[in-house]
Amino acid sequence: MADIILTGPALEQARTQIDESLVQAGVHTVLLIDHAGNVVASCGKNRKDLDMTSLAALAAANFGATSQMARIIGEDDFSLLFHKGKKDSIHFAKIGREMILITIFGDEVSLGLVRLRVAELTSNIEKIFGLDN
Amino acid sequence: MALIDLSKREVHCKIVYYGPGRCGKTTNLLYIYNSMNSNAKGKMLTIETKGDRTLFFDLLPLNLGKIKDFDIRIQLYTVPGQAIYEATRKLVLKGVDGLVFVADSLRVRRQKNIESLKDLKKNLVDYNLDIETLPVVLQYNKRDLAGSPIPTLSLEELEEDLNSDLGVKAFQAAATKGVGVFETLKDISKKTVRYVATKHLVKPK
Ligand SMILES: Nc1nc2c(ncn2[C@@H]2O[C@H](COP(=O)(O)OP(=O)(O)O)[C@@H](O)[C@H]2O)c(=O)[nH]1
Ligand SMILES: [Mg+2]
Repeated sequence: MADIILTGPALEQARTQIDESLVQAGVHTVLLIDHAGNVVASCGKNRKDLDMTSLAALAAANFGATSQMARIIGEDDFSLLFHKGKKDSIHFAKIGREMILITIFGDEVSLGLVRLRVAELTSNIEKIFGLDN
Repeated sequence: MALIDLSKREVHCKIVYYGPGRCGKTTNLLYIYNSMNSNAKGKMLTIETKGDRTLFFDLLPLNLGKIKDFDIRIQLYTVPGQAIYEATRKLVLKGVDGLVFVADSLRVRRQKNIESLKDLKKNLVDYNLDIETLPVVLQYNKRDLAGSPIPTLSLEELEEDLNSDLGVKAFQAAATKGVGVFETLKDISKKTVRYVATKHLVKPK
């Protein structure tokens, strides 16, 4: 796995894209993380009570664990994951081979909309960070 | 896999404490957590099974200050030591930038130390990493028990079992009392940051 080097302009572009698509659609928080559990970027409501470092570490581990499960049942990978809560839900999507996009949203936003927007975002973010090769 | 954020001038590195179950990895992190200033540490995350055994990992984020104008952020992870957690242990190694191998000085754990080091080498190979090039230090823990009635391994035996191929720096520790904990952390942090920096930040002249 290669190290990730982030430049200001690429980060800015990614944040703008996330903002215009997911945050405008009403989701609370979006985190872009890498598979080692580092936070690459965070967008949306900056909730002070949200422990992003722990969330990123657990999400990376969770994603790794489900990839292993996928392999056990003969799938290559699950490209997305979804956990539903009473009020808030969390959606994970793979971005390229190096990153994971985490979306946290309340019940006023539909899962269908999140999926659609994430699908559009995925290829855009891959391009920005050159993960699409 | 280090993350280097040129816009915020931050370097994020991942250091993993590896070793057999019950050797003292979580104890190392807890001691560091309890001794550090609150502005230099993040929240410690531990995922535990029944009893005090680590199920998935412990995580302690640290802020080590600046080196060459870059803020150094380190994430310390531990792995679950018991054999049955092989899959999760391997996941935690993903993207590792530096390693501490913690060995147990108890004589009854001699074979477990050797097996765990072998397991580490194998997992690294699976990630295309090489223990010879990655920053690694050893920690011989529970040295406080040497000289007690409990049978322990001598330093020579530990060196012979674990360090004859590696030839890396080894620290003696008694993690419950904090002996050797910061010495180990300082050395591996320095080596890891230097390793990441020479790969990316230091322009060849
Ligand atoms: N005597 C002694 N006991 C230790 C030392 N370090 C850890 N222990 C004990 O060993 C047990 C396992 O430690 P733990 O940190 O949970 O091990 P881990 O499985 O590697 O995370 C605990 O009961 C600790 O109190 C040490 O330096 N000396
Ligand atoms: Mg533990």
